[in-house]
Amino acid sequence: MEGLSSDPRRWRDVDKLLSRPGNIVGQDFEPSPTLREDIGDVVRVLVVGAGGLGCELLKDLALSGFKNIDVIDMDTIEVSNLNRQFLFRFYFGILDSEIEKMELLVLREYQNSLFAWLGTDKKRDLIVLSASMLRDEHRFCIVLPPYQHIHQHFTIYIYLLISGVRIHDVGKSKAEVAAERVMKRINGVNITPHFCRIEDKDLSFYNDFNIIVLGLDSIEARSYINSIACGFLEYDEDDRPLLETIKPIVDGGTEGFKGHARVILPGRTPCFECNIWLFPPQVKFPLCTLAETPRTAAHCIEYAHLIKWGEVHHGKSFDADDPEHMQWVYLEALKRAELFGITGVTFSLTQGVVKNIIPAIASTNAIVSAACALEALKIVSGCSKTLSNYLTYNGLDGTHIKVTDFVRDIDCLVCGPGTLLELDTSTTLSQFIGLLGEHPKLLVSKASVTYRGKNLYMQSPPILEEMTRSNLQIPIFHLMDKVPKDTLHISGISEKNDKKASCLRKLRVVFKGVADEALKMDTTESS
Amino acid sequence: MATAETKKTKYDRQLRIWGEQGQSALENANICLLNCGPTGSEALKNLVLGGIGSITVVDGSKVEIHDLGNNFLLDEDSLGKSKAKCVCSFLQELNDAVKAKFVEEVPDNLIEKSPSFFSEFTLVIATQLTETSIVKLDKICREANIMLVVARSYGLTGMVRISMKEHTVIESKPDHFLDDLRLHNPWPELVEFAKTSDLSMVDPVMHKHTPYIVVLINLAEKWAKGHGGCLPSSRQEKKDFKDLIKAHMLNIDEENYKEALEASFKVSVPRGISSELSQIINDSAIEVDSRSSDFWVLVAALKEFIENDGNGEPPLEGSIPDMTSSTESYVILQKIYQAKAESDCLVMERRVKSILKRIGRDPDAISRAYIKNFCKNARKLAICRYRNIEDEFSSPCIPELQKCLNDEDYSYAVGFYILLRAVDRFAANHNRFPGIFDGGLNEEISRLKPIAIGILSELGLNGPTLSEDLITEMCRFGASELHAVAAFIGGVASQEAIKLVTKQFVPLKGTFMFNGIDQKSQVLIL
Repeated sequence: MEGLSSDPRRWRDVDKLLSRPGNIVGQDFEPSPTLREDIGDVVRVLVVGAGGLGCELLKDLALSGFKNIDVIDMDTIEVSNLNRQFLFRFYFGILDSEIEKMELLVLREYQNSLFAWLGTDKKRDLIVLSASMLRDEHRFCIVLPPYQHIHQHFTIYIYLLISGVRIHDVGKSKAEVAAERVMKRINGVNITPHFCRIEDKDLSFYNDFNIIVLGLDSIEARSYINSIACGFLEYDEDDRPLLETIKPIVDGGTEGFKGHARVILPGRTPCFECNIWLFPPQVKFPLCTLAETPRTAAHCIEYAHLIKWGEVHHGKSFDADDPEHMQWVYLEALKRAELFGITGVTFSLTQGVVKNIIPAIASTNAIVSAACALEALKIVSGCSKTLSNYLTYNGLDGTHIKVTDFVRDIDCLVCGPGTLLELDTSTTLSQFIGLLGEHPKLLVSKASVTYRGKNLYMQSPPILEEMTRSNLQIPIFHLMDKVPKDTLHISGISEKNDKKASCLRKLRVVFKGVADEALKMDTTESS
Repeated sequence: MATAETKKTKYDRQLRIWGEQGQSALENANICLLNCGPTGSEALKNLVLGGIGSITVVDGSKVEIHDLGNNFLLDEDSLGKSKAKCVCSFLQELNDAVKAKFVEEVPDNLIEKSPSFFSEFTLVIATQLTETSIVKLDKICREANIMLVVARSYGLTGMVRISMKEHTVIESKPDHFLDDLRLHNPWPELVEFAKTSDLSMVDPVMHKHTPYIVVLINLAEKWAKGHGGCLPSSRQEKKDFKDLIKAHMLNIDEENYKEALEASFKVSVPRGISSELSQIINDSAIEVDSRSSDFWVLVAALKEFIENDGNGEPPLEGSIPDMTSSTESYVILQKIYQAKAESDCLVMERRVKSILKRIGRDPDAISRAYIKNFCKNARKLAICRYRNIEDEFSSPCIPELQKCLNDEDYSYAVGFYILLRAVDRFAANHNRFPGIFDGGLNEEISRLKPIAIGILSELGLNGPTLSEDLITEMCRFGASELHAVAAFIGGVASQEAIKLVTKQFVPLKGTFMFNGIDQKSQVLIL
């Protein structure tokens, strides 16, 4: 089958775009019949998120010539993903004769018939490994007996099917299942899944990729990846970005019938932080409204969720994924609504308010992901112009697409040349970390400090903290090999509008006295 | 089969958008897809995931190796098999609730020989068809009252166009729409309630919990008394009115008064209906007869309501936004608005019944729920009428075309519009699209160029010309169907299909022209 995947006839359509010259193309476009293969061999792309956008992105990128793809997602598959995350199934691949173990999702109403069947003599060799409760289903892991013939598996399959049993993906890692499914369909593409948090990966992991494509639904995660990509950016003495250090990001996002796609070339186009105002923070209800003057169903729900839960369940934290917790909040909200004569509390609304559910549909995800994948292809190949730099899609009233060319914030803490810090050569690392918390432009507490990839001090994990603790009392000038000026990276907790978030920052450190000459140059240029 | 509960969970994220009504409209729809290349496959994939009722995939071709490079729904096992069959079986795997079937036939042949084939469908999505077939299909669908969505991907361009006689929308669900509070024109019950609050009261707790609706109604009345019965209208008057509001604040932190200041413009909203609504109630379709749709019967009743019962206003929407208030005042206000909306709805219901009787239909033919929903959305009704495609092709709106040709932001989009027509003529002459073979591209460019210029001059557009570079691009594309472009176009086509089937939101009005070069896609209403 390897022959088929490398057969150039397979890629007839995309090769036309990559092998033929044109006049409306990127500056660095070098059309060639081998361009697609070259991209496939050389370029490594990271897809962040394997949800609604991520599934589409993996498919789109794999069918655009990308061959080395990694995907990272900490989430597991839920039933409510299945209306759009097309790589996930209720049942899949059961007829594979090599299958030995299968997970079954059994609807509550069919449980008894399954148990009855499992209890009969003939089927006793089916072993139930584990069972766990979902909201309205039971999950079983079953080991199939070593039958010799596939038709016997087939018999089981048919029985399970008519019993309302489904092989399913619910509960598995999104990244792992998505990677497996795309690789199974598109021979020759390599997708490496990472079932973990984006914070679990170190800088070198991210630095290995030529381009990062984001399919996320959270501002915090976007901000984090953005700061990592911008952290690789280096500037020359004249504050001009060094082209080879630019790590492009393509970011997509959707909400209902609306979405956006944007291209971030750190140092050249605005980064996520430069236009952070595009993502206004979520409005929260004042606690006094919840406690004293509730007016809407949402007020009653948030009262039950934020106030009543804590009053009743001392010390037990609320888990939005626990159906019993959600049911409790719903019933409490209902009681409160009745008390105040408020209507509209439903279980669905309760979930929506508590989990801050953003409506999502397949078509919008498809549109936004396709735009992102196309931009990724254009960035790595130069086969056409690139989006400059922010596209919004709105399908509520017609089909509106608007492209806005936003401008950079030159003082951006994240993608700018960096915050300049003047230090005495005697400043210790510990004093320096203290300074970061007080510096009005930074306000970063609990900072970990990295210099040229070397950990000077790490707050966690404990083992690293212990290893780096001895550096705290050493002057930072010494830790930086007595260079007059250089860039440092810090990570820590930033506090903005009472909201704590993990952050990464870039600092340009200049040592007083040693760096007089260099400092002079810096200040005259920036003024 | 999944239980109702599982189904609800599975579709939760979309039910929050179009509700159970919208979902059941999707589940009752029967969709036909013509050609299942990547554009069509992706369009259908999105609909199948969302739980569309039935699909029929029509394609006459066998799977070739290049199909595996741009269509995710096909894999190596599909090679040499019917494309329609393979795509259909993958779609079935995506959602077993969908009834999926396929027809192994070339769509052009069906259009040519068996127009009745289409009559069973709710909506047809026609992909990768050329001009002649599209025009014929459009006639067939219009004749049979079937909705048509035309979609096409071609290199870095593509298009989506809806065609049907008329599409009416009650739940247009606009993003931002001014709420219907009637502060400029309050009814007696509302005024009466407002008067129970004395704004000069000294109890600070009650003062800061008086809803802004009450504040504004009282102050508007006060203002009107001092201004010969008129509400603030000039900029200076509006400013003075705000000062009047400020003068009643006990301190600057009163949220309800801040809200009143922000909403003070609602007092100055002109009475009566918007120009859009005025156009709808004056449409010739309100001369209803027994063949009129329920929608137009309702519009006829709405016109009577506005003229006779509503004092120039449509039925009240009946809901109010959240605002700083004591629970008690807020709940009472809610009830006052609801009661008025209900009584307006009852009046409408009587008018609907009498109209139905007049046109010889059962007076109870239109459900109360439908009327209620109509009243709630009366200010947001939308009507889309589409020119038939043949007319657009033979006589597009020239001033619009001219305008686009001269507008830099539109130049690629409109250029591609002309060039997509040009490649179809090229194909009609040469039996192939330009640039499908490697080599000889310059000759292809010089063949395509006169065709494109010919189209412009046929339309009488001798002034503007097409960019040479864009013609080169079109030949470079060589009729390729790139997966990313197809996924985009298919995505738009499915999005529009959903809006048409659910009769919610407002569908695309003209031709959506995809511009994959710099993403400045545009809608051309020609």
